Amino acid sequence: MNITTDPPADWRDDIFAALQAADIRQVGYVPDAGHSRLIERVHADPNIRAVSLTTEEEGVALAAGAWLGGQRSALLMQSSGVGNCINMLSLAKACRFPLTMLVTMRGEWAEFNPWQVAMGSKTQAALELMDVLVYRVDDAADAGETVAAALDIAFNGSLATAVLLSQRLIGAKRWVK
Amino acid sequence: MSIIGSNQPRLDRRAAICVLLAERGDLLVVTGLGSTTYDAASVADDERNFYLWGAMGGAAMVGLGLAIARPDRPVLVVTGDGDTLMGLGALATVGVQAPPNLALAVFDNGRYAETGMQPSHTDSAVDLVGVARSCGIEAAFDIADEDALADFARRVQRKERTLFARVAIHADEPPRVLPPRDGVLLKNRFRRATGVEGA
Repeated sequence: MNITTDPPADWRDDIFAALQAADIRQVGYVPDAGHSRLIERVHADPNIRAVSLTTEEEGVALAAGAWLGGQRSALLMQSSGVGNCINMLSLAKACRFPLTMLVTMRGEWAEFNPWQVAMGSKTQAALELMDVLVYRVDDAADAGETVAAALDIAFNGSLATAVLLSQRLIGAKRWVK
Repeated sequence: MSIIGSNQPRLDRRAAICVLLAERGDLLVVTGLGSTTYDAASVADDERNFYLWGAMGGAAMVGLGLAIARPDRPVLVVTGDGDTLMGLGALATVGVQAPPNLALAVFDNGRYAETGMQPSHTDSAVDLVGVARSCGIEAAFDIADEDALADFARRVQRKERTLFARVAIHADEPPRVLPPRDGVLLKNRFRRATGVEGA
């Protein structure tokens, strides 16, 4: 490892460590700036299959298939993607598939783009309407532990969980450089 | 314009599913919402079938997750044109991942049979074999006879590359054969029958 160029470890690495500790073997994702470092680490891990998706709902179905085949998975997305998942979440609910969604939040903290606010402000409510258990991370120190806890509940209880990673934690997107 | 007009040869859907599942070996099967679930159940309510009773558009992706998790087994998704059209992006995702043990068979009658036989996009403009190829699934076949379908079924068993078949079927509704609808039961018995319970 080249220490001079690698960025210092941070909460994204804590989340990656939680995925590894939970024996996550498939990670579905829609490319996202907030998750970019986590996505890179997933791609670099030969024990994890990274599956880039065209839309987030594909990932809910992917997770179901992975579980049918005996593998644990996680699903990464931005808050806008939660809206794309709603009907597909019926698959998790009807069959009690374990599911953990890691959601980077937009539209809630120093947001530049008002189009993100519509879904971002309703992300938690939409998930809870579909009986997904929702946890929220505002403090970087809590990220790894919260993701580990959400994975535990999902796989021990055959339940759907989501961890919302707040926009304040991630840092508001910079539009003017 | 109809690219699959009434003159095109078509298979009986129940005959077609029998060809696909006749010698299934250790094949794992995922079916899509609607008629393909009844088709698979009409052959046998095998515990290694996972039937979707909802989640329209999700069949191919369930198959992808399963195929990645079980590289030791051939995985066949049997679904309809309506389910495929609703999740067309999944063909792109499958094309990128390209698991050699995954096959998709789309029973295409150009109709939404479940809701009253309304025409689907494949009845006029959309060629699913062309879509699959454009998504990188090069081994994509347009099948309208039992010999070609039997050959496809043998390829599925070989697990050599990702396969796609558009299977032209008649727009009819054979008597429904309804497998269990309890999703938890379907999930648990599938895992038990395929040796992953407790994983």
